[in-house]
Amino acid sequence: MSASKVLSEGGSFFKGMLMGGIFCLVLSLLASFSPISISGTEEHHHQHQHHHVQAPSKDELKSISDADMQQLNEELRVYCVIMVQPKALVYWAAALDTWSKHCDKAVFYTSENSKALDAVDLNEKDDWARLRKALKHAYKHAGNLRWFFVAQPTTFAIIENLKYLLLTKDPNDPFYMGNLMKSGELEYVSFDSGIVLSYEALRRLVNTFEDEAKCPERGRALWKLSDDKQLAACLKYTGVFAENGEDANGKGLFNSQSVYRMITDSMKDNPNNVVEGCCSDMAVTYSGMTPNQMQVMMFGVYRLRPYGHDFHDVLAFYPPKDSDND
Amino acid sequence: MLRMRLAHLKPQFFAGLLFGFLAFHFFLELNRSAEESVTFLTYIRAIEGQQHNHTVADEQTPAKTTAQSIRILCWIMTGPKYLESRTKHIKGTWAKRCDIVLYMSSEETDFPTVGLNVSEGRENLYWKTIRAFQYVYEHHMDDADWFVKADDDTYMIVENLRYALSKYDTETPVYLGRRFYPFVKNGYMAGGAGYVLSKEALRRFINGFSSGSCTHFSEIEDMALGQCMQTMGVEPTDSRDIKGRQRFHAYPPENHVVRQPPRPLPWYLVYEFYPAVEGPRSCSDLSVSFHYIHPDMLYVLDYLTYHLRPYGYKYRFNPDETT
Repeated sequence: MSASKVLSEGGSFFKGMLMGGIFCLVLSLLASFSPISISGTEEHHHQHQHHHVQAPSKDELKSISDADMQQLNEELRVYCVIMVQPKALVYWAAALDTWSKHCDKAVFYTSENSKALDAVDLNEKDDWARLRKALKHAYKHAGNLRWFFVAQPTTFAIIENLKYLLLTKDPNDPFYMGNLMKSGELEYVSFDSGIVLSYEALRRLVNTFEDEAKCPERGRALWKLSDDKQLAACLKYTGVFAENGEDANGKGLFNSQSVYRMITDSMKDNPNNVVEGCCSDMAVTYSGMTPNQMQVMMFGVYRLRPYGHDFHDVLAFYPPKDSDND
Repeated sequence: MLRMRLAHLKPQFFAGLLFGFLAFHFFLELNRSAEESVTFLTYIRAIEGQQHNHTVADEQTPAKTTAQSIRILCWIMTGPKYLESRTKHIKGTWAKRCDIVLYMSSEETDFPTVGLNVSEGRENLYWKTIRAFQYVYEHHMDDADWFVKADDDTYMIVENLRYALSKYDTETPVYLGRRFYPFVKNGYMAGGAGYVLSKEALRRFINGFSSGSCTHFSEIEDMALGQCMQTMGVEPTDSRDIKGRQRFHAYPPENHVVRQPPRPLPWYLVYEFYPAVEGPRSCSDLSVSFHYIHPDMLYVLDYLTYHLRPYGYKYRFNPDETT
């Protein structure tokens, strides 16, 4: 074969290579905000199996010294980011009068102003843009709070149990947890069951917000993703992955359904062991309850109990001031 | 025309196409896997102890022995058509916490139910009550200290009942529950909320019927029993807790504990003997009963009472404080 012939043959090859490369890039860009990733590999699946964060076990708690426990108690402060809207005013009022009183700092972020209740008015109709603004605001006003809990109007949370889950976790590590869901290749935390972010995760996220290529404010994908999936995609770019929050037995702590619904399902699935087969004793969230049901939850969780059962918990949380329903 | 153009493309072109695609794919993948190794490390750090302990009460404090030594007999007013739909779930939740539980029906079954030889139907409820207490008196007078009547849609927290009863002497006439009025001068205890008779109160009820002082003068069992109690000199007890909050409730929690603006009394609070309260202060932390509880809600209440709790929380109400 002569040299010239090789070159002419080679030219064809290089042209092909270029076309192939461009084609791959284009596909990759299209896929970057799509739940269906073309590049799924075995490696992905192996590492994605272990995405859960568990609450500490009793033995783990015993090994913590009193001095450390004291420090942990002080550092474990939660900033609640509660997204509300005037059209769901009853839920806004319910959150205000119930579970949010147990946050160290509870800030309500609204899509538009309401004369009835106070909130940070983000003046933003788009869900994802609004969430970004709220998170930026929370990060800026974090003070010495190191954990962030993001809720929807229909979320009901037990912050004490969230703190128990976070007890041995370092907020300088990136944590992004809640009720883990999967959409194609994307693992994300479902919004209505509450999203937990450590300070480090939020720091990375807020930095990524500046990058319009990786984390656009108005989604550039072919189809519009929900805000919780957008969040997961942006966090993924910063190396932060969604994890399922579980108790020491592996039971999920964050629930996208109401406690009533979960019990009803358990009556069908575990008729001989309805309660223990249902839900964790240390559940952090339930979702989809009416405002009245949330008030019943306050009574059921914070007050109603059988006389004579004493617990020797290693942490102490005190009732909030100016409150009578807990 | 197209076929000619394609034919012009040499196999080398396609080889290059494939190569270029794979090369770029490989480099992109490399970038992504670096990010993923971070999460694996996080997982390793997060999983520390594999031991798991169910977070239930560590122990029951020895100081509660008085309350715990009280023997409670519960009898549930039910019927054949409700065994599967309701009573089964009473059995699956709170009834097992009574020292003795009897399911009173018109017929005896393997449930097990006691056959009272009384027909079913609303009009026979007081007959059922009379026969049920007579059965209890004849068969179990010495087996228990307190006698509780409940419906098959009542939810009870037996530990809180024990605690409420611990300060009374069963040899004195005691009649506890959710006090209603009028119809009986001193009031009577609402049937659905569950009511309790001491040994002496039960004795007097039985004697009332055997002597003829008490008769089946009405079908309304709770009011009629209240009248018999009054006739026999048993006064209804104020069953509220130390903060004046009700322990027995004739409706589900939602009817009582939800905060309301100041408003005229709703229909279900019209019979209240004591000043009616709505909102959080209407219910004691150590409530004993709720009524009109569907089976699902029985399990929900079991879960909220005995399982779900806020870790480390120091309850606002401490019943053992004297002030």
